[in-house]
Amino acid sequence: MESFAGKRVVVAMSGGVDSSVAAALLKEQGAEVIGLTMQIWDYRNFTAPDGQHFGTCCSLDDVYDARRVAEQLGIPFYVVNFEAEFAKTVIDAFCDDYFNGRTPNPCVLCNQKLKFELLLRRAKELEADFLATGHYAQVVHDGTRYALRKGVDAAKDQSYFLFTLTQEQMAMVRFPLGGMTKEEVRAHAARLNLRVAEKAESQDICFVPDGDYVRFLEEQRGAGLLDGEIVHVSGRVLGRHHGTYRYTIGQRRGLGIAWPEPLFVVGIDAGQKRVIVGEKPHLAVSEFLVDEVNWLIAAPAGPLDAACRIRYRHQEIPAQIRIVDADTVRVVMKEPQDGVTPGQAAVFYRGDEVIGGGWIDVGAHGPRPGRMTAGAAKL
Amino acid sequence: MKRIYLDYNATTPVRPEVLEALLPYYRDQFGNPSSVHWAGRQVAGAVEKAREQVAALINCSPAEIVFVSCGTEADNAALKGTVDALKAKGNHIITTAVEHPAVLETCRYLEKTGCRVTYLPVDADGMLDLDELERAITPETILISVMWANNETGTIFPIEQIGAIARRHGVRFHTDAVQAVGKLAIDVQQCNVDLLAISAHKLGAPKGVGVLYVRRGTRLTQFMHGGHQERNRRAGTHNVAGIVGLGKACELALAERETHAGRVRELRDRLERGIFEKIPNVKLNGHPTERLPNTLNVSFAWIEGESLLLNLDMKGIAASSGSACTSGSLEPSHVLGAMCVEVTLAHSSTRFSLGPDTTGEDVDYVLEVLPPIVQRLRDMSPLYNCRQQESCAGCETLKKL
Repeated sequence: MESFAGKRVVVAMSGGVDSSVAAALLKEQGAEVIGLTMQIWDYRNFTAPDGQHFGTCCSLDDVYDARRVAEQLGIPFYVVNFEAEFAKTVIDAFCDDYFNGRTPNPCVLCNQKLKFELLLRRAKELEADFLATGHYAQVVHDGTRYALRKGVDAAKDQSYFLFTLTQEQMAMVRFPLGGMTKEEVRAHAARLNLRVAEKAESQDICFVPDGDYVRFLEEQRGAGLLDGEIVHVSGRVLGRHHGTYRYTIGQRRGLGIAWPEPLFVVGIDAGQKRVIVGEKPHLAVSEFLVDEVNWLIAAPAGPLDAACRIRYRHQEIPAQIRIVDADTVRVVMKEPQDGVTPGQAAVFYRGDEVIGGGWIDVGAHGPRPGRMTAGAAKL
Repeated sequence: MKRIYLDYNATTPVRPEVLEALLPYYRDQFGNPSSVHWAGRQVAGAVEKAREQVAALINCSPAEIVFVSCGTEADNAALKGTVDALKAKGNHIITTAVEHPAVLETCRYLEKTGCRVTYLPVDADGMLDLDELERAITPETILISVMWANNETGTIFPIEQIGAIARRHGVRFHTDAVQAVGKLAIDVQQCNVDLLAISAHKLGAPKGVGVLYVRRGTRLTQFMHGGHQERNRRAGTHNVAGIVGLGKACELALAERETHAGRVRELRDRLERGIFEKIPNVKLNGHPTERLPNTLNVSFAWIEGESLLLNLDMKGIAASSGSACTSGSLEPSHVLGAMCVEVTLAHSSTRFSLGPDTTGEDVDYVLEVLPPIVQRLRDMSPLYNCRQQESCAGCETLKKL
């Protein structure tokens, strides 16, 4: 592990065990640690139907939790307010994606636009040498460039969420837990007697703490705008639905259609307000387009072989990556995959190294989401 | 590292004389002032002495002083208590768009319960239009609530004239004087004030004590229910030590206010002049003259106030970007918003508020440390770096934020 002694390191803190241990270990190594917590969402805007209050990632609770840990560590701690930027970048894109027939991954966007742009800028403004987070991933320098690698703990690896990192960002961003297992991190927390908050490992979207994203979307944009037909891949209309955004690729439940075989959502055509369903074989996709590609290696000129992960909890599959243009590639999987979902990230690995990634733009069924023109022709 | 405190509008250190005066009430003078026995009697006397000291500072009768737990409670009690007591008369409240959240949020709550609230706008200096205030009064109007001085910009409102308007129309007048008491001469008779909120920790007394001045004969529904303390106007055991401390602080303020104000104004002006001399593109927020003698709110174009505060803190300088929120995070100021300060400038606002312990050396240190920080942050600012370009998508986006 590189030495942080004497360096000024800003740590993005949530009050949870990971970022707290990261901060504590850096301090132990002699770094001058400053804790920052992003306030990104005003939970006063959000009340569940039962009036219950919520606390997940980046809520006010986190601010207090993080402050308590910073107090224990004896490090300066600040809260930075990115509510306006969060609403503008992450929440708007989240809603846009759903209304364009995609299933978004706001965590990647939050990392990209808030943590590694705005928060990194705050760190620079504080004359920090590094910005550290509690992610399970590793940034290494091989003598000529920085590389992003998986975290050592395969079960916790978060490299998938970090594919947007640039060389310039990686020069300053560090993940002190990348070489450890969660067990080791917990052991450090116990050894240091850290008063970390016991938090559920939530897969939820932090700004929709009750998980009811449909209600959230309809509060933001209005209900009934994308009601339409449920259509079989054969073109036959099977029924109606109350909003294409209620569906995601591979979904089986909640269709409410009697059919001899189980039906799955295989495509979403927001332009035509259609949800396209089919039998299981129709789910399998062997190639798809990925756009807004970020290369963590020198941008390749021709096709290359890599392993491709199409969602966070997905075992990457061998694939060929074919260059379409500077921002776009076509991924050809060695084996067809179920659940290739527009809006999710496709991340390319070579061994443990992230070599690039982008956003799944179009699957086998339905139009290129967000470009709602020639869609129906594909049916 | 040097530690320089320039956030007296947020809170003040407890003055040594105040601490000395209140300590016995954490030691042998432990009684409950509501008790009849010797232990209670001694303490009850101390509370009454404090009541006189507070009354003397704002020129009212001691019987008109109600001790509460903080300025926010005083504002809540004044507004909610009036609305309930005067519901037969009407339901309209007039206030300003730049009040402290203790008033603004209470008004928003009261709107939900059926009140109508007029939020008077302010001009670019943060000043009210009194004709507009007078025109807003209707037969339904039960309360005018205007702060004595604004906490963020220090702008002082013409309380005497507002009091005269209120009297002319027979409307009750409340003022949140949390920032004014101890800094300005306060006379509730001369200004025809019916209700007035004070916070102890803004004038050298401890946190956890406030005062609601209630003019004799002002009907007010009780806010805290329970025991018979404070002549049935505020239930709950007295915070005796805090009250004694507040009394002492008021006594000191009465004696020393003018001297302190003169000294602090000189230092504030020196800081203001220095900043404008050394740093280009600075804007003063607040009224140039009708302003608290200790307050300086300035915007440094192209940089974020948030970043500046963090950097000042790293150098040991405590300042503020406006009002501190419980989470410690910074929100765009509603006060500067109401003054139509450009959003980017509002984001770069910084408040320095001086106090009796501030020295010339403190001011010089700030003037030495601040300019290079501002320049460094400007050099890193995307807005600053593309300011020469005719149009820049990034700037437009940031401006809209």
